[in-house]
Amino acid sequence: MNILKLLDKLSDDSFFTKQTSRLDNLSDLSTFGKKAAIAALPLGLGSFMATSAKAETKTEPTLAMKSALTDALQLALTLEYLEDEYYRIGLNTANLIPASDKVVFQQISKHEAAHVTFLKSTLTSLGTAPVAKPTFDFTANGAFTPFTNYQQFLTLAQAFEDTGVRAYKGQAGNVMSNKDVLQAALQIHSVEARHASMVRRMRANKGWIELANGGNMPAATNPVYNGEDVTMQAGFNTATAFGAAAGSAAYDEILTGTEATAIASLFID
Amino acid sequence: MKKPINVSNQGATLDTSRRNFLKLSGIGIAVAGLTLVGCDDDNFEYNDNKIFDLGMGDVGVLNYAYALEQLEADFYTKVVNNFYAGISNAEKEVLTDLYHHEVIHRDFFKAAITGATTNVLPTLEFQYPNVNFNDRNSVLATAKALEDTGVAAYNAAGKYITNPAYLVLAGKIVSVEARHASAIRDLINPLTAAFSGDDVVNPTTGLDVAKEPKDVVMAAGGFIKTPFTWKERGIN
Repeated sequence: MNILKLLDKLSDDSFFTKQTSRLDNLSDLSTFGKKAAIAALPLGLGSFMATSAKAETKTEPTLAMKSALTDALQLALTLEYLEDEYYRIGLNTANLIPASDKVVFQQISKHEAAHVTFLKSTLTSLGTAPVAKPTFDFTANGAFTPFTNYQQFLTLAQAFEDTGVRAYKGQAGNVMSNKDVLQAALQIHSVEARHASMVRRMRANKGWIELANGGNMPAATNPVYNGEDVTMQAGFNTATAFGAAAGSAAYDEILTGTEATAIASLFID
Repeated sequence: MKKPINVSNQGATLDTSRRNFLKLSGIGIAVAGLTLVGCDDDNFEYNDNKIFDLGMGDVGVLNYAYALEQLEADFYTKVVNNFYAGISNAEKEVLTDLYHHEVIHRDFFKAAITGATTNVLPTLEFQYPNVNFNDRNSVLATAKALEDTGVAAYNAAGKYITNPAYLVLAGKIVSVEARHASAIRDLINPLTAAFSGDDVVNPTTGLDVAKEPKDVVMAAGGFIKTPFTWKERGIN
């Protein structure tokens, strides 16, 4: 499938509202990925508890669920292609990454390459052809020079990793119909978070995101951090104990498929 | 006719290394008719099977997460109340942030679970027999173990969650635990591959560790004094 067609499809969040499942609690998927719905959860999540018994019933994944699953994986693969290529170029660019920092980026690069391989084979095993690698423009149409300026290389690396964490998180609901895929997605998601923390700290930031401040990041990366300043989680005020910075940092927020796609598209030709 | 004595574990301090019923402190004993004349001891059954079970379905998973967050919060509270000798400002800041986050996580789960069920995990008691809180290596090694365990626990527990809203909440937390783990690992071995080392991230697949609840409780069990079960997940 053409990458731009896929990205268009993912940009249409209403795509994910086609529900054919008889499991009532999955009706939440129609609003899933929209931050407003999550913020509206009542304290204690009590209203969601009643349906847990129904959810025990084993049901074959419906066509819509299967499609949501593979589309989520295609988005993940796209982001991994992006990171994989970015770090390959960076490591292969003479005099870009200082010797002291090389080991870190070699480790990150190793993981992104592994993620590409893993996601491609997962999609294949699900009977879906993986999307082809797009042509990337890491200058974002001339806005950045990451391969001649190490500070910019670090800046975009941070943006990509923080985006990856949020994007995977946003797709969790779409992959939960397949327990193996869900677990693998979680296992990749936490690795991206390890990466993000490290790159942030190399840029003299904290490993975690306080409020919606990326930490010395250009305005073009605002979409990566929009919404990270929430301090209400399921009706619980996370700022009460230690303030808004700590409360917001204790939780990473999702990016919807639309939002993640918009960010990735900046770097796709 | 046997009269049951029901033992509540409200605020109980349970030391199960010696299951000596009479030495358990802080237990409220609600007995029906203990003072009834004419009933002798043979007529009473002791129900000391009041070890908390984490519960079924999503409640079990939430209580599980709550248990682990209680442990982390307790550990970091001890750390920040007595920083180890020679701590740097950078380390102080990291450990203070971790303390903040884990306390917030713990209190969040308590509130969320309390609102959803009566089967709320009580406040657990912890012990750190092999931890020297005045030693940097000991504290950081323990922090690393706790954070990595948290990540592995959430990664494997996700598949047991049936409600997508809970899955997202767990997801919002696990990535922060991974950020923590990365930072601690980097404090221990700066600017190396340790932040995301081959010991936790499979070099072939790029996947982080996922540990089943049974294995997590076994690994973390040394820190947890208060017993609990999670029968649904085979922890008895």
